[in-house]
Amino acid sequence: MRPIHSKITEIIEESPNVRTFFFDTHFETAIPGQFVMVWVHGTDEVPMTLSGKNSITVQKVGDATSRMFELGIGDHMGLRGPFGRGFTPPEKDEKVLFIAGGVGAAPIAPLADIIKARGIEGHTILGSRCCDEILFRERFACGRVDITTDDGSEGRSGFVTDQLAETDTSDYDRIYVCGPEIMMYKVFEILKTRDVHVKTEFSLHRYFKCGIGVCGACSMDPEGLRVCRDGPVFNGSELEGSEFGHYERDSSGCKCHF
Amino acid sequence: MNIAGIELKNPTILASGIMGTTGAALARMGRNGAGALVTKSIGPVPKKGHNNPSMVELECGYINAMGLPNPSYSGFCEEIGIAKSKTDAPLIASIFGGDSAEFTEVARGLLSSKPDCFELNVSCPHAEGYGASVGTDPDLVHEITASVVDAVDVPVWVKLTPNVTDITSIGRAAETAGASAVVAINTVRGMAIDIHSGYPILGNRFGGLSGPAVKPVAVKCVYDLYKALDVPVIGVGGITCPQDAIEMILAGASAVEIGSAVHDDTQIFETINKGIDAYLQKYGYSKTEDIAGLSHEMI
Ligand SMILES: Cc1cc2nc3c(=O)[nH]c(=O)nc-3n(C[C@H](O)[C@H](O)[C@H](O)COP(=O)(O)OP(=O)(O)OC[C@H]3O[C@@H](n4cnc5c(N)ncnc54)[C@H](O)[C@@H]3O)c2cc1C
Ligand SMILES: Cc1cc2nc3c(=O)[nH]c(=O)nc-3n(C[C@H](O)[C@H](O)[C@H](O)COP(=O)(O)O)c2cc1C
Ligand code: FES
Repeated sequence: MRPIHSKITEIIEESPNVRTFFFDTHFETAIPGQFVMVWVHGTDEVPMTLSGKNSITVQKVGDATSRMFELGIGDHMGLRGPFGRGFTPPEKDEKVLFIAGGVGAAPIAPLADIIKARGIEGHTILGSRCCDEILFRERFACGRVDITTDDGSEGRSGFVTDQLAETDTSDYDRIYVCGPEIMMYKVFEILKTRDVHVKTEFSLHRYFKCGIGVCGACSMDPEGLRVCRDGPVFNGSELEGSEFGHYERDSSGCKCHF
Repeated sequence: MNIAGIELKNPTILASGIMGTTGAALARMGRNGAGALVTKSIGPVPKKGHNNPSMVELECGYINAMGLPNPSYSGFCEEIGIAKSKTDAPLIASIFGGDSAEFTEVARGLLSSKPDCFELNVSCPHAEGYGASVGTDPDLVHEITASVVDAVDVPVWVKLTPNVTDITSIGRAAETAGASAVVAINTVRGMAIDIHSGYPILGNRFGGLSGPAVKPVAVKCVYDLYKALDVPVIGVGGITCPQDAIEMILAGASAVEIGSAVHDDTQIFETINKGIDAYLQKYGYSKTEDIAGLSHEMI
């Protein structure tokens, strides 16, 4: 598909470095965890998870995202998608745990919306660097929410993994995780020792070129799974023994260790 | 089947630039039935490639301008080793450079990882100073091919660009310089513009067309090369089903490479192989060699 010329209809300042952009293009069939390729005219095209049917939630980190932050209501971006494999939504009677760090809350928030609508209770461990950067706390309010901040400015001082270490996970049917890879890997290790990693789904991040499963830029070792097409959401069992948590590749294909 | 100096498991080969950046991805395509595997084109130094968008699906095919991203030959030897250790499909190293010295440097640099063959990319249409910038000049193609053939002890294939007036003159240059086969075609130079914003869609503004749109172009190139050359021709461009592969073989291809179609089906190699076998059986042939170039006899 060609990029869909999409008009920005609303911008919400979530934190000093994170904004949600709403568009006049709605991806009604999108499953939580799926992404769109966002074309910032004249700059670059980058992958962003849909944080809603017609929104992306963006952290300003470099060229494309800085350019996005200069755009206002009425300006346009090109959107292609929805692409990739999303999360498996929970069944009615299942118990759900969300673990989100930083902007990693973006792919998980639509899942929280779904379970709220279905009347399922969800427990969330929501981490961020400081109190100003806690994302979507109201969207996760469908059950207990444990907040952790690196600097202790709100909730528990420390990382989501500190909270997880003290959380009994034996009862949960599904555990959904997204955040920086090191955080996700620490979560994976904890859940693996408890032998519940197979109930877990992780949303991964790799450098995308084509974004549609052809070029192989986002392939993970050792099975050659494509993060853009076979993922970005993977079951914990698919990640066992993989490069996950160890290294990724940059745009030239060179390995970068975490 | 032995084609142009290498023992293919079957006539369907993974084309360069598709799932070819890591050894694991290549091996996955080998497990999915590819008869041989061509790597992403590898050059002398690490290259990031062009900005995105770098590949977009259009109504009739795909347009891409990746810009030859690669980790350089020193960074890629390990990946070839992994691909070779994880699959028994022959491994063809695609390489590029700006001149014969660079091509030879890259080929020599990859030799320690023991590729079964080299494919020279003198045909990428959107990398300044590389690819088609050198591949449209028969003398340069001759010089580059001769120098790589001289430097390595495995077969050398030369992948040609269709963006020339007469592809056979370039094919002949490759053949007389010692190429074991020619591969046709690389992408057809093209462009797509977003009519709403006015921006060219690709980060590089223009790029190369692939997929169904280019098949008739590829068939004609293969047909002409088959007639003009003695070395085998490998057909590539727009193959998405067994019928496409058979058409290419009838035009003169000894084997085919498949690229964009991996988008719709990563099992495409198996599907096409089965379809070719069924066709051969239906029309009473025993092997693909029996039908290669057959359409030339239908006058
Ligand atoms: C499936 C997926 C979903 C994502 N969802 C979100 C989201 O919801 N919100 C959000 O803020 N960020 C998200 N990201 C990350 C986002 O794509 C990058 O932060 C963004 O591309 C940065 O672009 P830049 O030009 O501003 O930064 P640059 O200065 O170009 O790069 C900064 C870093 O961003 C990453 N990056 C740059 N280009 C790409 C690319 N083409 N593909 C992948 N990573 C890239 C690299 O890690 C790079 O080191 C997601 C990434 C992936 C793969
Ligand atoms: C995303 C992409 C990347 C490519 N990269 C290379 C490359 O590195 N070297 C090369 O010789 N050809 C490259 N090609 C060209 C293909 O190998 C092939 O010649 C062309 O796509 C036509 O075949 P198809 O229609 O089956 O895709 C690339 C094609 C695509 C679509
Ligand atoms: S980015 Fe090209 S295959 Fe995933």
